[in-house]
Amino acid sequence: MLSNISKDWLGVGFVTAIGLAVLIFVPMLFDLFEVLQMTKYVVLSLFALSLAYIWGFGGILSFGQAGFFGLGGYTFAVSAINMGQTTIPFLMAIAMCALFAAALGYFMFYGRLNDVYLGVVTLVVTLILWKLINHTAGPEFIIGKARLGGFNGVPSIPIMTLPWQPDMEMEPSQMFQYFMAILIIVYLLLHFLIKSKFGRVAISIRENEIRTSLLGYDVRLYKLWIFTIGGAIGGAAGAMWATYQTFIDPNAFSLEVSAKCLIWVMAGGVGTLFGPIVGVIALEYLSLKLGETSFLNNLIILGTILMFLVLLLPKGLFPTFRDLVIKLWQRARGGTSGERPS
Amino acid sequence: MDYSLVVAIELVREVAGLILIATGLAVIFGMMRVINIAHGEFMMLGGYTVVLTTKMGVNIWVAILILAPLAVGIFGVIVERCIIRHLYGRIIDSLLATWGLSLFLIGFVTVVFGNTVEGVSNPFGGFAVGQYKVAGYTFFLIFAAVAFIASVYLTLKYTKAGLIARATMQNSDMVEALGVNSKHVYMATFGIGAAFAGLAGGLLAPISGVVPGMGALLIGKAFITVVTGGAAVVAGTLSASTILGSISQAVTFATNPVYGDAALLFVALILLRLLPQGITGRIFTRSI
Repeated sequence: MLSNISKDWLGVGFVTAIGLAVLIFVPMLFDLFEVLQMTKYVVLSLFALSLAYIWGFGGILSFGQAGFFGLGGYTFAVSAINMGQTTIPFLMAIAMCALFAAALGYFMFYGRLNDVYLGVVTLVVTLILWKLINHTAGPEFIIGKARLGGFNGVPSIPIMTLPWQPDMEMEPSQMFQYFMAILIIVYLLLHFLIKSKFGRVAISIRENEIRTSLLGYDVRLYKLWIFTIGGAIGGAAGAMWATYQTFIDPNAFSLEVSAKCLIWVMAGGVGTLFGPIVGVIALEYLSLKLGETSFLNNLIILGTILMFLVLLLPKGLFPTFRDLVIKLWQRARGGTSGERPS
Repeated sequence: MDYSLVVAIELVREVAGLILIATGLAVIFGMMRVINIAHGEFMMLGGYTVVLTTKMGVNIWVAILILAPLAVGIFGVIVERCIIRHLYGRIIDSLLATWGLSLFLIGFVTVVFGNTVEGVSNPFGGFAVGQYKVAGYTFFLIFAAVAFIASVYLTLKYTKAGLIARATMQNSDMVEALGVNSKHVYMATFGIGAAFAGLAGGLLAPISGVVPGMGALLIGKAFITVVTGGAAVVAGTLSASTILGSISQAVTFATNPVYGDAALLFVALILLRLLPQGITGRIFTRSI
């Protein structure tokens, strides 16, 4: 038991060390274009973590995580354009998404919706948000100084500044390091949360909802919290996406974004936090390379990968690979038990 | 007077539209508890079948009423054999796999036909209601929706196949024990559900045109109608379509279609908060 716990923390320490190494060395070793490309992976990794947490450790499969991504991006865009600074808008984007998740979660969890119903409701909410925001092209849709612009999107979103240097826009390498630091902190916080009492109850809800509720835990409230935390992280990622691109359009809400998020998490492995980050990097790189060929459309690739994962690799790349390594390791040591301690 | 008549016709048309797009999904969901996310793309394929075959000179009625459901039904059976049949009992996985299929189909059709709107000429003219004009095709759609519901109801209630289908819905183990291969029942159900989707797509092609992304605009409403309706195919679809369709169309008249859609979702959320198993989970529980 003790050795399992320490093994777990060993893994976390390892991942954190890699993260810190990337944070420090990447801006020194790579040129500007590659740093920008990697900043994108960092933002999307944070987005993937939001779903990895609620799905893998709370058993809530949201088909509409893009809703929070888009909402966070738009909240940041509108408030940053109006306020002329970025720290408070960043916090506002997170708060807005947390509130929206809590409101939606109230309807879903207190109505005791699960699996199919949950998936459909989250999917449809995102579709409606997408339609609503697409509809705001007219000049009457203006919040303070910011025009929503409908399908044209919101241009010239301010670049984020460091909280303690509100007058200096970040350099690309600084932005990479700042976002990487946020990713590492969120990763560690989620890990602490999963290992806490709250996290253990959440996992027991994922495993057996009725039994957990018979043991006296209010399943609805726990799920509401998990979903809200996931929404807040998704919102943060959306805000970072908006400032990274200095532009956001309704496609942030699209089904394609929700599907991508799901595919990253599935590919990396549901029930891990590191796996989905690997999933983001692997699949984004793959679609970048495949996208260069003219006969393959991005959606064809995404759809094929999703069907392939569900049918042939339901556990995901990272856990499959990890189990394989452990199995080979045990065989090499001549161990008799093929079972992995969990 | 004329105006209120036109409003009433439009309300009924919206309800009929919901019935058309939701029936195929409801048949599959009621039977197998599988939500087919590619449903919208099945409708899109139906629409393209009509566009292609009429271009080749086939009569439009043959294209809409026979070829579209036939082609998409066969496609549905192939999908069931290749994908869905491996995933029975794994509800979430079947959702994900059909989502993958949906993305694939949008991408594929975009590559083949291009991202442009293809039109089919409307086979009916319009006629006047007082000083307003109503499209004849509207009445045809309403008639088609009634036919959809009636055919599902009559099949389930009065035929041997319907009896087996209802029994499989209630207790598939018992049906197996009585010597029916429930796998064939599921395959046929999925094919029929797909055929309904193809027919709906074909029927809607003349009024809305056909684009690769048209599914995404339709499925939201279809999903929410089926989920709000609950497990009973006929009563659920009928009651949910009536409630959601009339409210959304009323809001559309008062403001615009986007708020109409938002209102539809909002009402559905409240209904699901009160009746988590859908309308037929609590009321009309003994209906088909």
